[in-house]
Amino acid sequence: MNPLLFEIALRHLLARKRQTLVSLLGIVLGTAFFLGISAMMQGSEADFVHRLIDNSPHITVQDQFRNPQLQPVARLYPSALIQMHRVKPETETRGIRHYEQAIDYLRSIPGLTASHMLQGEGLMTFAGKDEALSLNGMVPKDIESVSTIGNYMIDGSVKDLAGNPDGVIIGSELARILSLEKGESITISASTGQVHTFKIVGIFHTGRSSFDQTQVFLALKKVQALLNRPNRANQIVVKLDNPYAARDLSAQIESHLKYKSVSWQEASEDIMSTLALRNIIMYSVVGAVLLVAAFGIYNVISTVVMEKQRDIAILKSMGFHARDVQSIFLMEGILLGVLGCAFGLPFGTGIMFGLGQLAFKFPGTTQLTQMPIDWSWQQFAIAGSFALIAAIGAALLPARKAAKVRPVDILRGAGA
Amino acid sequence: MSEALLRAERLTRTLPGEVPVTLVRDIDLQVGAGEFVAITGPSGSGKSSLLYLLGLLDRPTSGSLWLEGVETSEFDENRLADIRLSRLGFVFQSNFLLPEFTALENVLLPIRRLGKLNERDAIQRARNILAELDLASQCEKLPHQMSGGQNQRVAIARAMANDPPIIFADEPTGNLDTVSSANVQNILQDLSRRKGRTVLVVTHDQSFAAKCDRIIPVVDGRIVAK
Repeated sequence: MNPLLFEIALRHLLARKRQTLVSLLGIVLGTAFFLGISAMMQGSEADFVHRLIDNSPHITVQDQFRNPQLQPVARLYPSALIQMHRVKPETETRGIRHYEQAIDYLRSIPGLTASHMLQGEGLMTFAGKDEALSLNGMVPKDIESVSTIGNYMIDGSVKDLAGNPDGVIIGSELARILSLEKGESITISASTGQVHTFKIVGIFHTGRSSFDQTQVFLALKKVQALLNRPNRANQIVVKLDNPYAARDLSAQIESHLKYKSVSWQEASEDIMSTLALRNIIMYSVVGAVLLVAAFGIYNVISTVVMEKQRDIAILKSMGFHARDVQSIFLMEGILLGVLGCAFGLPFGTGIMFGLGQLAFKFPGTTQLTQMPIDWSWQQFAIAGSFALIAAIGAALLPARKAAKVRPVDILRGAGA
Repeated sequence: MSEALLRAERLTRTLPGEVPVTLVRDIDLQVGAGEFVAITGPSGSGKSSLLYLLGLLDRPTSGSLWLEGVETSEFDENRLADIRLSRLGFVFQSNFLLPEFTALENVLLPIRRLGKLNERDAIQRARNILAELDLASQCEKLPHQMSGGQNQRVAIARAMANDPPIIFADEPTGNLDTVSSANVQNILQDLSRRKGRTVLVVTHDQSFAAKCDRIIPVVDGRIVAK
């Protein structure tokens, strides 16, 4: 950077303190709001994805196929001329066949933890009240490695399920509705007609009231007995050391096991698309804020260029090149952009801090949720870059106009 | 006359437009080193336009211009700017000082742009030039804090900053009172007589023109015989 040109640029701005201050304020506010809103939106997205990754399996192998299975005859004669209609597929009990081998295969993959489970529906009867339940039959010793339910226990522990085959872990909302406590017994029946009494060994609280009301965790063997599906599992849940590898690994698992394997990304694709759309809208809105601020810079530099026609003429007649003149006015934009960042980013940090203090109680939850804020350096870099680009972009047009000034045109006018 | 420092041959400048306007037409001219030359003529005669052409501020529509023996009409804008910076100095009717810069800083501008001297030497040189023009006490003043005559002397100091062999002055006394005008005239005369600079002055003032070695009268864009 040429210090002489920088000095001229600086003097131009200092000579118009009020105008400079107003346009600077525009960039400061634009940068600050950009940073605050962007950090809040990205924070909520990151928080959502984090919860998604934490609270759901990274990969779920289901007891179904992505595409319908072909009849043996169709597999044997794919180009056959005669087609058989109304062929009824063989009726079979649902569930993952040979899930033990599948588990062995999955556990051979590094950085992966897997466990099988049987999910089904049940009905709980207590004190004359009925509650529909989702039964999660799991291998007790595996629960904590493939599920985060252990983190939400408010009474008892997941380990108590291993020590008591007739134990059940229920949610806090169910306990509240039915006035249940740890140690009490409840009766669960299934559509098969099987009925069994379980002892409450733990209570969890996730904050999502529907989950806390309907989900119960039991030993796999008991659920198999209740649903009359001995030695069956209808899901294999997988947790990964690197959750972001789920999509690729899921495809690999599906191709090996043939069963439908769904990564958390695939399961949440519609929500992820919504988040992407939300980001586009957010960046458009905060980008528009900066655009307005950029007009302030354009205005001040355009005015300087208009007022400084004689100075431009004398500088050029003195021997300054067109690019020197352009650099002077570009530097003015850069100066405003840099100063806008220098004040806007700390101000934006204050907004982020303020937003981070806000707490809301969302419908369907039972506790206050603090506004998640993304404090990563990328947020600051994006906000700063946007501000600088807007400032430079705003300065470019008047700077180019200044560079095109022909000194002789101005001198003729001045001498007339 | 000494060897030609500046030579013009059939120099013509026409402004394009629906009705093209010829500012100067078929100018043949030679100016030697150290000459003090006045270009005179009535308003609109094209004398300033001729000065701008000779000072490489404008390009001729046709004709050729040699500066120190080098033909300049094919030079690009940057090359012309470099020549103006190092070989030419300009003084205009309005002083055209940068209002945010002090007298010293205004004189420093071309020196710093040329970049041949370090900052300390550049400042020393600028102070010396201002002192020569009796402006030593005005170095730190802004243009609005000085009189018109002082401002014009700062403009002359700025034109001398890079020690150019040729100085062009366009009505340098046009906005000055009698005393300041005489002062500026003496300075320009002195630049030619004592320092050997070539000085070309556009002026209405016949008494000023009379002090020059040579008068070039321009009427309707042409040099006319006196």
